[in-house]
Amino acid sequence: MLIEADHVSHTYGQGPTARTVLQDLNLRIEERRVGIVGHNGSGKSTFARMINGLIVPTAGTLTVDGLSTASKAKEIRKHVGFVFTDPDNQIIMPTVAEDIAFGLRRSKLPKEVVARRVDALLERFGLAGHADHPAHLLSGGQKQLLALASVLVTEPDILVMDEPTTLLDLRNARIIGEVVAGLDQSVLLVTHHLNLLDDFDRVLVFDEGRLVADDSPAAAVAYYRELMAV
Amino acid sequence: MQSTLGLYQPGTSVFHRAPAGAKLLALVVLGAASVFLTYWWLVLGLIAVLLGAYTVAGIGPRTILRQVRPLLWLLAFTAAYHVWATGWQRATVVAGTIVLLVLAAALVTLTTPTTRLVDAVVRVLGPFRRWGVDPDRIGLLLTLGIRCVPLVADLAAQVREAQIARGTGTSWKAFAVPLIVRALRDADAMGEALVARGVDDD
Repeated sequence: MLIEADHVSHTYGQGPTARTVLQDLNLRIEERRVGIVGHNGSGKSTFARMINGLIVPTAGTLTVDGLSTASKAKEIRKHVGFVFTDPDNQIIMPTVAEDIAFGLRRSKLPKEVVARRVDALLERFGLAGHADHPAHLLSGGQKQLLALASVLVTEPDILVMDEPTTLLDLRNARIIGEVVAGLDQSVLLVTHHLNLLDDFDRVLVFDEGRLVADDSPAAAVAYYRELMAV
Repeated sequence: MQSTLGLYQPGTSVFHRAPAGAKLLALVVLGAASVFLTYWWLVLGLIAVLLGAYTVAGIGPRTILRQVRPLLWLLAFTAAYHVWATGWQRATVVAGTIVLLVLAAALVTLTTPTTRLVDAVVRVLGPFRRWGVDPDRIGLLLTLGIRCVPLVADLAAQVREAQIARGTGTSWKAFAVPLIVRALRDADAMGEALVARGVDDD
Protein backbone atom coordinates (compact mmCIF):
# COMPACT_ATOMS: atom_id res chain seq x y z
CA MET A 1 0.00 0.00 0.00
CA LEU A 2 1.27 3.44 -0.89
CA ILE A 3 -0.70 6.61 -0.28
CA GLU A 4 0.80 9.83 -1.57
CA ALA A 5 -0.51 13.34 -1.06
CA ASP A 6 1.04 16.01 -3.23
CA HIS A 7 0.13 19.59 -2.25
CA VAL A 8 -3.38 18.45 -1.33
CA SER A 9 -5.88 21.07 -0.19
CA HIS A 10 -9.63 21.01 0.23
CA THR A 11 -12.07 23.88 0.51
CA TYR A 12 -15.78 23.57 1.21
CA GLY A 13 -18.02 26.14 -0.45
CA GLN A 14 -17.12 29.21 -2.48
CA GLY A 15 -16.82 32.95 -2.05
CA PRO A 16 -17.07 34.55 1.36
CA THR A 17 -18.46 31.38 2.96
CA ALA A 18 -15.61 29.20 1.69
CA ARG A 19 -13.88 27.16 4.39
CA THR A 20 -10.52 25.51 3.82
CA VAL A 21 -10.26 22.36 5.89
CA LEU A 22 -7.04 20.93 4.48
CA GLN A 23 -4.07 22.98 3.37
CA ASP A 24 -1.11 21.97 1.27
CA LEU A 25 -0.74 18.44 2.59
CA ASN A 26 2.37 16.56 1.45
CA LEU A 27 2.63 13.02 2.65
CA ARG A 28 3.73 9.50 1.82
CA ILE A 29 2.26 6.57 3.74
CA GLU A 30 3.57 3.02 3.45
CA GLU A 31 3.21 1.75 7.00
CA ARG A 32 0.60 -0.88 7.97
CA ARG A 33 -0.71 0.94 11.02
CA VAL A 34 -1.15 4.69 10.83
CA GLY A 35 -3.09 6.76 13.33
CA ILE A 36 -4.58 10.19 12.67
CA VAL A 37 -5.45 12.56 15.50
CA GLY A 38 -6.59 16.15 15.73
CA HIS A 39 -9.29 18.31 17.24
CA ASN A 40 -12.79 18.53 15.76
CA GLY A 41 -12.62 20.31 12.42
CA SER A 42 -8.86 19.84 12.07
CA GLY A 43 -9.21 18.16 8.66
CA LYS A 44 -8.47 14.59 9.69
CA SER A 45 -11.84 13.16 8.62
CA THR A 46 -11.66 15.04 5.32
CA PHE A 47 -8.26 13.48 4.69
CA ALA A 48 -9.60 10.03 5.61
CA ARG A 49 -12.49 10.41 3.17
CA MET A 50 -10.09 11.48 0.45
CA ILE A 51 -8.26 8.16 0.64
CA ASN A 52 -11.49 6.36 -0.26
CA GLY A 53 -12.35 8.91 -2.94
CA LEU A 54 -15.43 10.11 -1.06
CA ILE A 55 -13.99 13.62 -1.15
CA VAL A 56 -11.79 14.85 -3.97
CA PRO A 57 -9.04 17.42 -3.31
CA THR A 58 -9.85 20.89 -4.61
CA ALA A 59 -6.10 21.32 -5.21
CA GLY A 60 -3.20 18.88 -5.52
CA THR A 61 -3.36 15.14 -6.07
CA LEU A 62 -3.86 12.16 -3.81
CA THR A 63 -2.94 8.72 -5.07
CA VAL A 64 -3.44 5.22 -3.69
CA ASP A 65 -0.99 2.73 -5.16
CA GLY A 66 -0.44 5.16 -8.03
CA LEU A 67 -4.17 5.62 -8.78
CA SER A 68 -5.54 9.15 -8.48
CA THR A 69 -8.53 9.40 -6.16
CA ALA A 70 -9.94 12.12 -8.43
CA SER A 71 -10.20 9.93 -11.52
CA LYS A 72 -10.01 6.33 -10.24
CA ALA A 73 -12.19 6.47 -7.15
CA LYS A 74 -14.28 3.45 -8.15
CA GLU A 75 -11.17 1.32 -8.71
CA ILE A 76 -9.65 2.54 -5.44
CA ARG A 77 -12.81 1.73 -3.47
CA LYS A 78 -12.41 -1.93 -4.44
CA HIS A 79 -9.20 -1.95 -2.41
CA VAL A 80 -9.94 0.62 0.26
CA GLY A 81 -12.71 -0.07 2.78
CA PHE A 82 -14.20 2.67 4.93
CA VAL A 83 -15.72 2.40 8.40
CA PHE A 84 -17.75 5.40 9.61
CA THR A 85 -18.25 6.80 13.10
CA ASP A 86 -21.94 5.97 13.29
CA PRO A 87 -22.64 2.38 12.20
CA ASP A 88 -26.37 3.16 11.90
CA ASN A 89 -25.56 5.19 8.81
CA GLN A 90 -23.47 2.41 7.33
CA ILE A 91 -25.76 -0.56 7.90
CA ILE A 92 -27.97 -0.90 4.85
CA MET A 93 -29.75 -4.23 5.09
CA PRO A 94 -32.36 -5.04 7.74
CA THR A 95 -30.66 -8.15 9.16
CA VAL A 96 -27.08 -8.81 10.26
CA ALA A 97 -26.17 -11.55 7.76
CA GLU A 98 -27.84 -9.72 4.88
CA ASP A 99 -25.85 -6.60 5.62
CA ILE A 100 -22.54 -8.45 5.57
CA ALA A 101 -23.51 -10.14 2.30
CA PHE A 102 -24.55 -6.81 0.75
CA GLY A 103 -20.95 -5.92 -0.17
CA LEU A 104 -20.72 -9.05 -2.35
CA ARG A 105 -23.99 -8.58 -4.25
CA ARG A 106 -22.14 -7.78 -7.48
CA SER A 107 -19.16 -10.06 -6.92
CA LYS A 108 -20.60 -12.92 -9.04
CA LEU A 109 -19.29 -15.29 -6.38
CA PRO A 110 -21.32 -18.51 -5.97
CA LYS A 111 -23.92 -18.31 -3.21
CA GLU A 112 -22.08 -20.95 -1.18
CA VAL A 113 -18.87 -18.90 -1.22
CA VAL A 114 -20.77 -15.76 -0.14
CA ALA A 115 -22.47 -17.72 2.65
CA ARG A 116 -19.13 -19.16 3.77
CA ARG A 117 -17.50 -15.73 3.91
CA VAL A 118 -20.46 -14.25 5.78
CA ASP A 119 -20.51 -17.13 8.28
CA ALA A 120 -16.76 -16.81 8.87
CA LEU A 121 -17.08 -13.10 9.65
CA LEU A 122 -20.13 -13.64 11.86
CA GLU A 123 -18.12 -16.20 13.81
CA ARG A 124 -14.99 -14.06 13.94
CA PHE A 125 -16.82 -11.02 15.31
CA GLY A 126 -19.04 -12.91 17.75
CA LEU A 127 -22.20 -12.24 15.76
CA ALA A 128 -22.99 -15.83 14.79
CA GLY A 129 -26.00 -15.95 17.11
CA HIS A 130 -27.39 -12.77 15.56
CA ALA A 131 -27.24 -13.68 11.86
CA ASP A 132 -30.99 -13.28 11.25
CA HIS A 133 -31.58 -10.60 13.86
CA PRO A 134 -32.60 -7.05 12.93
CA ALA A 135 -29.37 -5.07 12.65
CA HIS A 136 -30.85 -2.01 14.32
CA LEU A 137 -31.52 -3.96 17.51
CA LEU A 138 -27.83 -4.79 18.09
CA SER A 139 -25.87 -2.97 20.78
CA GLY A 140 -23.61 -0.07 19.77
CA GLY A 141 -20.50 -2.23 19.94
CA GLN A 142 -22.11 -5.04 17.96
CA LYS A 143 -23.28 -2.56 15.32
CA GLN A 144 -19.75 -1.26 14.87
CA LEU A 145 -18.45 -4.85 14.64
CA LEU A 146 -21.12 -5.48 11.99
CA ALA A 147 -20.08 -2.36 10.10
CA LEU A 148 -16.49 -3.59 10.21
CA ALA A 149 -17.47 -7.11 9.09
CA SER A 150 -19.55 -5.66 6.25
CA VAL A 151 -16.49 -3.86 4.93
CA LEU A 152 -14.07 -6.75 5.49
CA VAL A 153 -16.25 -9.19 3.54
CA THR A 154 -15.04 -7.57 0.33
CA GLU A 155 -11.44 -8.28 1.44
CA PRO A 156 -10.00 -4.78 0.97
CA ASP A 157 -6.25 -4.17 1.19
CA ILE A 158 -6.61 -0.98 3.19
CA LEU A 159 -9.10 -0.09 5.88
CA VAL A 160 -9.78 3.56 6.67
CA MET A 161 -11.66 4.03 9.94
CA ASP A 162 -13.11 7.41 10.88
CA GLU A 163 -13.51 7.53 14.66
CA PRO A 164 -15.06 4.05 14.90
CA THR A 165 -14.99 4.11 18.71
CA THR A 166 -16.26 7.64 19.38
CA LEU A 167 -19.84 6.52 20.06
CA LEU A 168 -18.79 3.46 22.07
CA ASP A 169 -18.17 2.87 25.77
CA LEU A 170 -14.65 1.96 26.93
CA ARG A 171 -15.29 -1.79 26.83
CA ASN A 172 -16.61 -1.77 23.27
CA ALA A 173 -13.87 0.64 22.22
CA ARG A 174 -11.32 -1.84 23.59
CA ILE A 175 -12.98 -4.70 21.70
CA ILE A 176 -12.88 -2.72 18.44
CA GLY A 177 -9.24 -1.85 19.19
CA GLU A 178 -8.37 -5.53 19.64
CA VAL A 179 -10.18 -6.45 16.43
CA VAL A 180 -8.33 -3.72 14.53
CA ALA A 181 -5.00 -4.87 15.98
CA GLY A 182 -5.62 -8.36 14.61
CA LEU A 183 -6.51 -7.32 11.06
CA ASP A 184 -4.31 -8.39 8.16
CA GLN A 185 -5.16 -5.21 6.27
CA SER A 186 -3.29 -1.93 6.42
CA VAL A 187 -5.21 0.40 8.71
CA LEU A 188 -5.56 4.16 8.86
CA LEU A 189 -7.37 4.96 12.07
CA VAL A 190 -8.78 8.39 12.88
CA THR A 191 -9.48 8.42 16.59
CA HIS A 192 -9.80 10.34 19.83
CA HIS A 193 -9.04 7.17 21.81
CA LEU A 194 -5.30 7.72 21.87
CA ASN A 195 -4.49 4.44 23.63
CA LEU A 196 -5.60 2.56 20.52
CA LEU A 197 -2.54 3.94 18.76
CA ASP A 198 0.07 2.56 21.21
CA ASP A 199 1.28 -0.20 18.88
CA PHE A 200 0.89 1.74 15.63
CA ASP A 201 3.80 2.42 13.30
CA ARG A 202 3.14 6.11 12.87
CA VAL A 203 0.77 8.84 14.00
CA LEU A 204 -0.18 12.02 12.13
CA VAL A 205 -1.40 15.09 14.00
CA PHE A 206 -3.69 17.56 12.21
CA ASP A 207 -4.38 21.09 13.38
CA GLU A 208 -6.37 23.76 11.54
CA GLY A 209 -6.15 21.83 8.28
CA ARG A 210 -2.41 21.30 8.43
CA LEU A 211 -0.24 18.32 9.27
CA VAL A 212 1.65 19.59 12.30
CA ALA A 213 3.29 16.40 13.53
CA ASP A 214 4.25 13.11 11.93
CA ASP A 215 6.04 10.80 14.32
CA SER A 216 6.04 7.63 16.39
CA PRO A 217 2.86 7.14 18.49
CA ALA A 218 4.54 8.20 21.73
CA ALA A 219 6.06 11.38 20.31
CA ALA A 220 3.05 12.37 18.18
CA VAL A 221 0.51 11.75 20.95
CA ALA A 222 2.67 13.73 23.42
CA TYR A 223 2.78 16.59 20.92
CA TYR A 224 -0.99 16.39 20.43
CA ARG A 225 -1.66 16.43 24.18
CA GLU A 226 0.52 19.50 24.51
CA LEU A 227 -1.27 21.16 21.58
CA MET A 228 -4.68 20.52 23.15
CA ALA A 229 -3.58 21.76 26.57
CA VAL A 230 -3.04 25.29 25.25
CA MET B 1 -37.95 3.04 21.18
CA GLN B 2 -37.13 0.23 18.78
CA SER B 3 -39.45 -0.72 15.98
CA THR B 4 -39.86 -4.40 15.24
CA LEU B 5 -42.69 -4.00 12.75
CA GLY B 6 -42.80 -6.61 9.99
CA LEU B 7 -39.28 -7.94 10.39
CA TYR B 8 -38.20 -11.40 9.34
CA GLN B 9 -38.47 -14.10 11.96
CA PRO B 10 -36.31 -17.11 11.15
CA GLY B 11 -38.01 -20.48 10.91
CA THR B 12 -38.39 -23.68 8.91
CA SER B 13 -42.15 -23.77 8.32
CA VAL B 14 -43.74 -24.28 4.94
CA PHE B 15 -44.24 -20.50 4.73
CA HIS B 16 -40.56 -19.88 5.40
CA ARG B 17 -39.57 -22.38 2.72
CA ALA B 18 -42.01 -21.15 0.06
CA PRO B 19 -40.44 -19.08 -2.75
CA ALA B 20 -40.60 -15.32 -2.17
CA GLY B 21 -42.05 -14.75 -5.66
CA ALA B 22 -44.95 -17.13 -5.00
CA LYS B 23 -45.73 -15.43 -1.71
CA LEU B 24 -45.69 -11.98 -3.31
CA LEU B 25 -47.91 -13.23 -6.14
CA ALA B 26 -50.36 -14.71 -3.63
CA LEU B 27 -50.41 -11.37 -1.86
CA VAL B 28 -51.18 -9.52 -5.10
CA VAL B 29 -53.97 -11.99 -5.93
CA LEU B 30 -55.45 -11.64 -2.45
CA GLY B 31 -55.27 -7.85 -2.72
CA ALA B 32 -57.04 -7.86 -6.07
CA ALA B 33 -59.65 -10.39 -4.92
CA SER B 34 -60.36 -8.45 -1.74
CA VAL B 35 -62.55 -5.98 -3.65
CA PHE B 36 -64.97 -8.84 -4.30
CA LEU B 37 -65.31 -9.77 -0.63
CA THR B 38 -68.88 -8.90 0.29
CA TYR B 39 -69.85 -11.43 2.98
CA TRP B 40 -68.82 -10.65 6.58
CA TRP B 41 -68.60 -14.34 7.49
CA LEU B 42 -66.23 -14.97 4.58
CA VAL B 43 -63.90 -12.17 5.71
CA LEU B 44 -63.84 -13.49 9.27
CA GLY B 45 -63.30 -17.00 7.94
CA LEU B 46 -60.31 -15.85 5.90
CA ILE B 47 -58.86 -14.05 8.91
CA ALA B 48 -59.24 -17.29 10.89
CA VAL B 49 -57.43 -19.20 8.12
CA LEU B 50 -54.67 -16.59 8.18
CA LEU B 51 -54.31 -16.87 11.94
CA GLY B 52 -53.96 -20.61 11.41
CA ALA B 53 -51.21 -19.90 8.91
CA TYR B 54 -49.44 -17.76 11.54
CA THR B 55 -49.61 -20.71 13.93
CA VAL B 56 -48.13 -23.01 11.29
CA ALA B 57 -45.37 -20.43 10.74
CA GLY B 58 -44.62 -20.48 14.47
CA ILE B 59 -45.45 -16.81 14.99
CA GLY B 60 -47.13 -16.00 18.29
CA PRO B 61 -50.11 -13.76 19.14
CA ARG B 62 -47.93 -10.90 20.43
CA THR B 63 -46.24 -10.51 17.05
CA ILE B 64 -49.61 -10.75 15.30
CA LEU B 65 -51.05 -8.01 17.50
CA ARG B 66 -48.00 -5.84 16.83
CA GLN B 67 -48.83 -5.90 13.11
CA VAL B 68 -52.39 -4.69 13.66
CA ARG B 69 -51.85 -2.25 16.55
CA PRO B 70 -50.80 0.73 14.37
CA LEU B 71 -54.15 0.39 12.53
CA LEU B 72 -56.42 0.43 15.55
CA TRP B 73 -57.53 4.05 15.17
CA LEU B 74 -58.11 3.64 11.45
CA LEU B 75 -60.09 0.46 12.05
CA ALA B 76 -62.16 2.04 14.78
CA PHE B 77 -63.06 5.07 12.64
CA THR B 78 -63.77 2.95 9.56
CA ALA B 79 -65.90 0.48 11.44
CA ALA B 80 -67.82 3.20 13.31
CA TYR B 81 -68.58 5.06 10.10
CA HIS B 82 -69.83 1.93 8.33
CA VAL B 83 -71.94 0.82 11.30
CA TRP B 84 -73.61 4.24 11.22
CA ALA B 85 -73.90 4.41 7.41
CA THR B 86 -74.57 0.85 6.25
CA GLY B 87 -74.72 -1.49 9.23
CA TRP B 88 -72.47 -3.85 11.16
CA GLN B 89 -72.19 -6.41 8.33
CA ARG B 90 -70.56 -3.89 5.97
CA ALA B 91 -68.42 -2.53 8.82
CA THR B 92 -67.13 -6.04 9.46
CA VAL B 93 -66.35 -6.53 5.77
CA VAL B 94 -64.42 -3.25 5.38
CA ALA B 95 -62.49 -3.31 8.66
CA GLY B 96 -61.97 -7.07 8.39
CA THR B 97 -60.59 -6.78 4.87
CA ILE B 98 -58.03 -4.21 6.05
CA VAL B 99 -56.95 -6.54 8.87
CA LEU B 100 -56.85 -9.47 6.46
CA LEU B 101 -54.57 -7.69 3.99
CA VAL B 102 -52.26 -6.30 6.65
CA LEU B 103 -51.92 -9.70 8.30
CA ALA B 104 -51.28 -11.37 4.94
CA ALA B 105 -48.58 -8.82 4.02
CA ALA B 106 -47.01 -9.15 7.46
CA LEU B 107 -46.96 -12.95 7.16
CA VAL B 108 -44.94 -12.57 3.95
CA THR B 109 -42.40 -10.16 5.47
CA LEU B 110 -42.18 -12.14 8.71
CA THR B 111 -41.38 -15.39 6.90
CA THR B 112 -39.18 -14.04 4.09
CA PRO B 113 -35.74 -12.42 4.42
CA THR B 114 -35.70 -8.95 2.86
CA THR B 115 -33.00 -9.99 0.44
CA ARG B 116 -35.25 -12.68 -1.06
CA LEU B 117 -38.23 -10.33 -1.29
CA VAL B 118 -36.12 -7.71 -3.03
CA ASP B 119 -34.57 -10.33 -5.32
CA ALA B 120 -38.07 -11.42 -6.34
CA VAL B 121 -39.05 -7.83 -7.16
CA VAL B 122 -35.82 -7.33 -9.11
CA ARG B 123 -36.54 -10.51 -11.12
CA VAL B 124 -40.08 -9.38 -11.91
CA LEU B 125 -38.80 -5.99 -13.08
CA GLY B 126 -36.05 -7.58 -15.20
CA PRO B 127 -37.94 -7.34 -18.54
CA PHE B 128 -38.33 -3.57 -18.04
CA ARG B 129 -34.57 -3.06 -18.44
CA ARG B 130 -35.12 -2.53 -22.18
CA TRP B 131 -37.12 0.61 -21.32
CA GLY B 132 -34.35 1.99 -19.14
CA VAL B 133 -35.67 0.71 -15.82
CA ASP B 134 -32.90 -0.30 -13.40
CA PRO B 135 -34.40 -3.16 -11.31
CA ASP B 136 -31.34 -3.33 -9.03
CA ARG B 137 -31.66 0.33 -8.19
CA ILE B 138 -35.37 -0.14 -7.44
CA GLY B 139 -34.50 -3.16 -5.28
CA LEU B 140 -31.99 -1.06 -3.38
CA LEU B 141 -34.58 1.68 -2.88
CA LEU B 142 -37.01 -0.87 -1.45
CA THR B 143 -34.32 -2.22 0.86
CA LEU B 144 -33.39 1.23 2.07
CA GLY B 145 -37.05 2.07 2.61
CA ILE B 146 -37.47 -0.97 4.84
CA ARG B 147 -34.17 -0.25 6.61
CA CYS B 148 -35.10 3.38 7.30
CA VAL B 149 -38.38 2.63 9.09
CA PRO B 150 -36.72 1.76 12.44
CA LEU B 151 -34.12 4.51 11.92
CA VAL B 152 -36.75 7.23 11.53
CA ALA B 153 -38.81 5.75 14.37
CA ASP B 154 -35.75 5.97 16.64
CA LEU B 155 -35.04 9.52 15.49
CA ALA B 156 -38.63 10.53 16.22
CA ALA B 157 -38.38 9.02 19.71
CA GLN B 158 -35.13 10.90 20.38
CA VAL B 159 -36.58 14.20 19.16
CA ARG B 160 -39.70 13.65 21.27
CA GLU B 161 -37.54 13.02 24.35
CA ALA B 162 -35.53 16.20 23.68
CA GLN B 163 -38.81 18.09 23.19
CA ILE B 164 -40.09 16.92 26.57
CA ALA B 165 -36.73 17.64 28.26
CA ARG B 166 -36.72 21.20 26.91
CA GLY B 167 -40.32 21.76 27.86
CA THR B 168 -41.53 22.53 24.35
CA GLY B 169 -44.68 20.54 25.04
CA THR B 170 -46.74 19.50 22.04
CA SER B 171 -45.43 22.04 19.52
CA TRP B 172 -45.45 20.31 16.14
CA LYS B 173 -42.74 22.69 14.89
CA ALA B 174 -40.43 21.74 17.75
CA PHE B 175 -40.95 18.13 16.74
CA ALA B 176 -40.97 18.32 12.94
CA VAL B 177 -38.04 20.68 12.33
CA PRO B 178 -35.33 18.75 14.22
CA LEU B 179 -36.76 15.45 12.96
CA ILE B 180 -36.55 16.56 9.32
CA VAL B 181 -33.11 18.12 9.78
CA ARG B 182 -31.72 15.00 11.46
CA ALA B 183 -33.39 12.69 8.94
CA LEU B 184 -31.85 14.66 6.05
CA ARG B 185 -28.44 14.67 7.73
CA ASP B 186 -28.63 10.92 8.33
CA ALA B 187 -29.78 10.39 4.74
CA ASP B 188 -26.72 12.30 3.59
CA ALA B 189 -24.45 10.17 5.76
CA MET B 190 -26.12 6.99 4.50
CA GLY B 191 -25.62 8.15 0.93
CA GLU B 192 -21.92 8.59 1.65
CA ALA B 193 -21.78 5.12 3.18
CA LEU B 194 -23.50 3.66 0.12
CA VAL B 195 -20.83 5.20 -2.09
CA ALA B 196 -18.11 3.88 0.24
CA ARG B 197 -19.65 0.40 -0.04
CA GLY B 198 -19.50 0.56 -3.81
CA VAL B 199 -23.18 1.17 -4.62
CA ASP B 200 -22.36 4.03 -6.96
CA ASP B 201 -19.88 1.78 -8.78
CA ASP B 202 -22.51 -0.62 -10.17
